[in-house]
Amino acid sequence: MLKYILIPLLPLLSFIINILFGRNYIKNRAHWIAVPAILGSFVLAVSACIEVLNGKVIDINVYSWIVSGSFNVSVGILIDQLTAVMLMVVTSIGSLIFIYSVGYMHGDKGYYRFFAYLSLFIFSMLTLVMANNFLIMYLGWEAVGLCSYFLIGFWFHKKSAGDAGKKAFIVNRFGDFGFGLGVILIFLTFGSLNYMEVFGAAGGIVGQTITLLGYKVDLITLICLLLFCGAMGKSAQFPFHVWLPDAMEGPTPVSALIHAATMVTAGVFMVARCNTLFSYSQTAMNTVAIVGGFTAIFAATIALVQNDIKRVIAYSTVSQLGYMFLALGVGAYSAGVFHLYTHAFFKALLFLGSGSVIHALHHAKQDDEQNMQVMGGLKKHMPITYWVFILATLSITGIPFLSGFFSKDEILWQTFQAGDLGKFLWFLGALAALLTAFYSWRLIYLTFHGEYRGDTECESRIHESPLVITIPLMLLAVGAVAAGWVGIPPVFLEHGDKIGYFLAPVLGHPEGHGTHAQEYFVIASSIFVAIAGWVIAYIMYIKNPGLPEKLFSAFRPVHKVLFNKYYIDEFYDKTIVQPVLKASDKIILAFDVNVIEGVVNGVPSLIGVFSKGLRKIQTGLLSNYAAVMAIGVLCVVGYMFFMR
Amino acid sequence: MDLPITITLMDIRAIVPELTLICVGLIIMLLDLVVKKKDLVALAGIAGTVLALFGTYKLYGVTDTQFVFSNMFVLDGYANFFKVIFYINLILTICISIKYMEIEKSSFGEYYALLLFATSGMMIMASAADLIVLYLGLELMALSTYILTGLMRKQPRSNEAAIKYFFLGAFSSAFLLYGISLTYGMTGTTNIKEIAFAISTLGIADNPIMYLGLIFMIVAFSFKVALAPFHMWAPDVYEGAPTSITAFMSVGPKAAGFAVMGRILMGAFGDMQAQWVTVLIPLAVLTMATGSIIALSQTNIKRMLAYSSIAHAGYILLGIIAGTPEGLTASVNYLMIYTFMNIGAFAIVIMLRSKGFQGENLDDYKGLAKSHPVAAALMLIFMFSLAGIPPTAGFIGKFYVFMELIGSGYTPLAIIAIIFSAISAFFYLRIVVYMYMKDAEQEIVLTQSPTMNIALAVTSVMVLVLGIFPSFLLYFVRYSIMGY
Repeated sequence: MLKYILIPLLPLLSFIINILFGRNYIKNRAHWIAVPAILGSFVLAVSACIEVLNGKVIDINVYSWIVSGSFNVSVGILIDQLTAVMLMVVTSIGSLIFIYSVGYMHGDKGYYRFFAYLSLFIFSMLTLVMANNFLIMYLGWEAVGLCSYFLIGFWFHKKSAGDAGKKAFIVNRFGDFGFGLGVILIFLTFGSLNYMEVFGAAGGIVGQTITLLGYKVDLITLICLLLFCGAMGKSAQFPFHVWLPDAMEGPTPVSALIHAATMVTAGVFMVARCNTLFSYSQTAMNTVAIVGGFTAIFAATIALVQNDIKRVIAYSTVSQLGYMFLALGVGAYSAGVFHLYTHAFFKALLFLGSGSVIHALHHAKQDDEQNMQVMGGLKKHMPITYWVFILATLSITGIPFLSGFFSKDEILWQTFQAGDLGKFLWFLGALAALLTAFYSWRLIYLTFHGEYRGDTECESRIHESPLVITIPLMLLAVGAVAAGWVGIPPVFLEHGDKIGYFLAPVLGHPEGHGTHAQEYFVIASSIFVAIAGWVIAYIMYIKNPGLPEKLFSAFRPVHKVLFNKYYIDEFYDKTIVQPVLKASDKIILAFDVNVIEGVVNGVPSLIGVFSKGLRKIQTGLLSNYAAVMAIGVLCVVGYMFFMR
Repeated sequence: MDLPITITLMDIRAIVPELTLICVGLIIMLLDLVVKKKDLVALAGIAGTVLALFGTYKLYGVTDTQFVFSNMFVLDGYANFFKVIFYINLILTICISIKYMEIEKSSFGEYYALLLFATSGMMIMASAADLIVLYLGLELMALSTYILTGLMRKQPRSNEAAIKYFFLGAFSSAFLLYGISLTYGMTGTTNIKEIAFAISTLGIADNPIMYLGLIFMIVAFSFKVALAPFHMWAPDVYEGAPTSITAFMSVGPKAAGFAVMGRILMGAFGDMQAQWVTVLIPLAVLTMATGSIIALSQTNIKRMLAYSSIAHAGYILLGIIAGTPEGLTASVNYLMIYTFMNIGAFAIVIMLRSKGFQGENLDDYKGLAKSHPVAAALMLIFMFSLAGIPPTAGFIGKFYVFMELIGSGYTPLAIIAIIFSAISAFFYLRIVVYMYMKDAEQEIVLTQSPTMNIALAVTSVMVLVLGIFPSFLLYFVRYSIMGY
């Protein structure tokens, strides 16, 4: 049992040691604690996964935390097939990111702090995925949010970073509020928070309704929608997507961690974990599918025109997460988790690759180091980064036989089979795939091809990143190419879709009713859009570099809307942020001054007034203390006789 | 009562732990004459306590409930559990005292002897089955603590505190004796079991004289545990006394007061529960309010912790108000947790005291996290625990008390308690803000000693362990009390 407990505990230990002794003793040796800790977790996770592969499911209550009558909260671990996949993603990608950070964060003032938070982040995420009840999951859920705040705002002296950290935290609060209500409602409904008990009893409450504000609401739908609300926040689905692109203000390894292995995958994981509940509510399922499908295309359109290299990848994450929810919403849970798994590799690779580029430009003293418009021609300076980038791009755009192809295709095929709504969502998904191909290749061409557009002086200083950065990149590239081979569909390979059958005990395995011909059609169209997007990007940025400018002037308003991300941030700013700030300036400030400070300062000052009388007593006149006691006795006696 | 007084071996056996402490105390006073290094005296004190603890451990399993000395002294799980709290309190206090008393230039052998005597007084209180024995134990404890409070003879505020404590303590003793005599007058006995028997057979639960007797006793106990409005002495005394004694007093006498309160109210006055609950509810509310609100405006950390301990007395009282064995269990559980977190917090306060530097102002905590991250992290744990934030033990303590209170149907009272608990979070977290978010105004030198480090390690680990694995302690408390 200790073995399983150590998986999350090792990173926690690393956090405690680094945060306590980092500043004075460990300093820039923090990685000597953090990296072995996560590698230890990884090794233990692998051995746990092997046990799961051999058909064992680990569900143990480590101990009961609070027992009081019917209220029983236990700390427990559940490692089933779903958790196993998550464990592999979190610890393997986490390890690579840790190693990468050794090089990337080298020389940073907060080096020990960075590794401390990173370790805490991994601990939180592992708690979240390994929990066997909702309360522990909630604990991990909130802790992940807190860590993201620490890490996004890591360079807190930069105002934009501090703001981005706050934004991530506050936007997540909205989602978490729903999630918290969902968990409470689950407890009220089932009298338990344990997964097995809740999922086992879920069938019994189908059709039950509760009255909410005078409306009759289906209970299980309400629970699912509240839970999904939390997932939308964590996994950055429209309309809660706004925090994720800003989250790139953090150091690049953090972006990679948030976008690939932790945090955003939490929402997808949670919905997959609760698939039993969701399956009982068609309304909730449709909501998930529509939100996912819409987000996929919505975020992809924004990514088309962004110039910041990390921002393009960030919107690509939002879009890919949309795919995952699309899959969950049509009941293809394993396809969603499969995509989560492959996506983790190529997205971590894209982020770390862009980090490598930024790192190189930063050291070449190029201003505006994240702007793709000043890059170009980096291919010859950074060959390793270039080639791993190409592999990641091939994978994300869905070029056959790479990871991304299999998982994305599985999602599109399962969506296609899911009725009329499914056909429509499939169309959205396929369109988003076209856009994905375009913006991904645009990124490559702007960054690595053509001529360098920044300072020529700087160009001479650009060179490939050190091994500690490129080795994790190369390892991730292997994952980006090959990770998906566990899910080759049966049409290509007999006994394929290994991962689907592996996850089936937890997530079920949808038996499609589509024909082989239809499946070939879906696959063919996927390949077609992937190549079409590539070709369009090639024409626009290599063949005919003047074309984007022409298009830009022809569609200036469209470009403007897209470039400004549909003005969603501005919309929130006008409708929510500014009114709240204004209100807080006036009403809340008044409330703050009069009421809050009234309590904080006023009550003491009131008591100060009151205690001026008491102070007089406290000048040493004992008799007054005795008098207070005597009066107290009289009051108590009087009260008692009066009350009886 | 007309039996000839005979003392058997059984009787002596039952008070071996108390005897051990008193004998070791006497030995310490003699040792003090010849031993120059007071550390050795302190270690002798710890050794004596461990010996007594061993005695209590041996007695734990002997019998369920054993009455000795003509039914005047009782040995049961309830008493034994409280004795464990006293031992822990004593050992931790000695650990944090050694270096500190040297700095205060008050390192006398009597100091440790008096700590032992005070503790044996508390133990007699916890085991008292008769009001007279209770009174004896209470005075033994009280007189020892009066002296300990005034031990820093050259400091006026220490003297002042001792005098105040002594006079007001005498005043409260008068109430106790008056209450005892009224009760004796009505029931014809001072034995707790016989009082309970007399109240039910004579049907005098609604007799006004009984009310008065009950109220006077409650007043005296309220004084000892510092319930408002009988708390007036506490801030002055806590501030003036040596900090190690403040730590000792904020736990030991309080726990002893609650021990007799639980035994007397639920044992002797069980039939008058409706009456004493009526009195205790306003006292609890007033206590939580006074403690939480006045603590907000304190700038001296010892005074702040004094008010905090007043507020905690209010929470502990809630379990007694619940009026069930489970409620009492929750209170005792809370007391044990409170012992660790409060002494831990005081230990950090003591660490800040160095030669020529008082270190009692809240401002002294500014920037502590930068200069001394470990000490700051420990203080953070204690403050979180006192505020009742999971996963620390303080949360568990409050949780069970509130749970039992709600279970007994006092939901509004629980809500009031939670509100005050939220208010009190402010002044605990203010320390955290000072430590982590402000810049230091001067350089702080921490006074360290091996025993101090042990005490800090034990308290912080226990606060976390009891917060993460609370069921073990709770099981232990239940096991001890359910026989009662």
